[in-house]
Amino acid sequence: MDDVGDLAPGSAVWSGTWKFGPDTPLVLDCGGEIRDLQIAYTTHGRLDADRSNAILVCHALTLDQYVASSNPVTGRRAWWAAMVGDGRPIDPRRHFIICANVVGGCMGTSGPSSFDPATGRPYGLGFPFITIADMVRAQAMLVEALGIETLFAVVGGSMGGMQVLQWAADYPERLFAAVCIASAARHSAQNIAFHEVGRQAIMADPDWRGGAYASVGVRPEKGLAVARMAAHITYLSESALQRKFGRELQRDGLSWGFDADFQVESYLRHQGASFVDRFDANSYLYITRAMDYFDLGAGRAGGLAEAFARARDVRFCVFSFTSDWLYPTAESRAIVRALNVAGARTSFLEIDTDKGHDAFLLDEPVLSAALGGFLDAAAQERRRP
Amino acid sequence: MLATARQDFRAILDLVGDRSRVLDVGCGEGELLELLVRERRADARGLEISPHGVSACLARGLSVMQGDADRDLADFPTRAFDYVILSQTLQAVLNPRQVLLELLRIGERAIVSLPNFGHWRVRLDLLVHGRMPVTGALPEPWWSTPNIHLCTLRDFIETVAAIDLRIEACFAFVEGRAARAIDPAHPLENWRAESALFLLARRGEP
Repeated sequence: MDDVGDLAPGSAVWSGTWKFGPDTPLVLDCGGEIRDLQIAYTTHGRLDADRSNAILVCHALTLDQYVASSNPVTGRRAWWAAMVGDGRPIDPRRHFIICANVVGGCMGTSGPSSFDPATGRPYGLGFPFITIADMVRAQAMLVEALGIETLFAVVGGSMGGMQVLQWAADYPERLFAAVCIASAARHSAQNIAFHEVGRQAIMADPDWRGGAYASVGVRPEKGLAVARMAAHITYLSESALQRKFGRELQRDGLSWGFDADFQVESYLRHQGASFVDRFDANSYLYITRAMDYFDLGAGRAGGLAEAFARARDVRFCVFSFTSDWLYPTAESRAIVRALNVAGARTSFLEIDTDKGHDAFLLDEPVLSAALGGFLDAAAQERRRP
Repeated sequence: MLATARQDFRAILDLVGDRSRVLDVGCGEGELLELLVRERRADARGLEISPHGVSACLARGLSVMQGDADRDLADFPTRAFDYVILSQTLQAVLNPRQVLLELLRIGERAIVSLPNFGHWRVRLDLLVHGRMPVTGALPEPWWSTPNIHLCTLRDFIETVAAIDLRIEACFAFVEGRAARAIDPAHPLENWRAESALFLLARRGEP
C-alpha cells in the first residue's frame, strides 16, 4: 500500500491502494473473477477503539474515492465537501470515513484500463462484466481487510445509493444505518435509454478501436464527451437549466453556423471536454452497464421487499429531490414501500429544490440538517447499551 | 389547540399497550412518538407532511416518512401495526372515509381524535353570530383553516358504522380538563365534548 499521509492530526487523511493477492479473487456475478484485485481508497478521520465509527461513502457513476480531499491526479476538488468534512454531517473528527473507487473504475481500482496479468496489456473489453453487487462485494472485502466488522453507516447518492441498497440486501448484519440519496432500486427504461445513447456515442468514435484504444495510444475523446454532454442534461432540472442559461448567447448576434452560439451549448461542450481529461471511456461503458443491469428486486418471489428481508434491524434513511427526473421521487417511494413491507426502520424525506438530480452533490441545507440529525441520533442509539 | 393535543397524548398513551407497533399519521415534530418510545417502548413510526417536521423527527432518532394521509397510507403493508394514530387530522384530509379504511387496513386498531362540530359553543356561535365558529378546538377563521371536513360526534359514529368499523372506546375532551370516557351515542355528549378520541377496530373481529 502507498500512503499519502496525514494532513493534520485528528483529521488524518489517507489515500492508498489495497492489493489483494491471487488467493483472494473477486468472484463476479457474470461467472468470472478478478485476480490481483486492487482497490484504491481514501480514509478520513480515525477508527475508534471499538471500531464502531466507520462510515463507507459510495460514489456515483463518474466520481471517485476523493470524497473530501482533492484528487492528486486531476487536481479536481473533493466532490462531497458539502457533506463530508469538519463540522459537516459526516465529520472526520467523529467518524472514520472510507471511500473506495468502484470496481470497473479508472482511478486506481481494477477496471478496464488496468493491466491484464494474462496479456500484460490493458484489459479493454477483456475486462469481465461487473454489477453493482460486484462493486459492493469488493467494498466488503476492503472493509473486512481494514478490520471493521460492522459499519456504522453506508451512505451514497445516485449509483452510490444503489450500492447502499445492495449492501442492505447482501450484508445487513454488517450495517447499523443506511442512507440512500436520489437513487433507485432498478434502472428504468428511460435510464437505460440515456445510457445507451452515451455508450453508442463512445463506440461510434473511430478512436474507440473496439475498446483497444489504450494499446494503440489513442482515446475516444469525442465520443466520451458527447456521452457526458447527454448525461449531464439528465443531472439538471429543466427549470435550473432555463434559469442558468435561458436563451443567452455567447456573443452578440447569431453566428449563422454551428459554433456554440448559446451559452448552454458552450457549457455542455465544456462539461464534455473537461470530463475526458478525468475519465476512461471503457470504464464509462462498464459502469453504465452495471447500472442498467441493476434491479434489486428481480428474481425474487417477494420482489424488492424480499431483498430487504434480513435488513429489519438496519436504520434506513431515504432522500429524494422534487426536481430530480433521473431518479424521481416515485423510485425512492418504491424503495420505502419495500422497506416497510420488510418491517425495516425507515425514514424518508423528499427535499424541495429545483436543482435536479445533482442537488445531492450541492450544499443543500435541508439535506445536511436532516442527514446530520439522522446520523447523530443513530450514533447515540448505537452507544446505548 | 395545543392543550387539546397534550390531553390527546395522555389518553393515547393509556390506550397503547407496551411494546406495540405504532404508526402516528401526521406526527409533526415527533412529540407523541417520542413519548410512545420512552414510556411504552413502542416500535414507533411516523408519517408527516412537512419537511421541517420530518427533519426534527430524524434528529430525535425517530423513523418518520414524509407523506400525507390521503396519498401515502397505501404504501404501508396490511396489518403492519397494532395501532395507527390520527390525531386531530381527519377533518383536514380530502377523503376521510377512505383514510379511516386505510388506517384499519394497516393497523389492528386505529386511534382517531377530532374536534366536535356539535359542541355547544360551536352551535351557539353559529346561531347567535351567524359566522363560522372560532373556538379553542377550532382556532382558525374559515379562510385559513385546514379543516375541510368537519363533523359532529353523531356524524362520525354514523360514518364509522357505515364503513363497517366499530368503536371500542371513546373519550371526550373539554379544554383544560382530563379525558372522560363517554358513550358517544348519547345525545348530550354531542353537546358537551369539545373534541373526542376514538379507539376503532374492524367490525366482527375480537
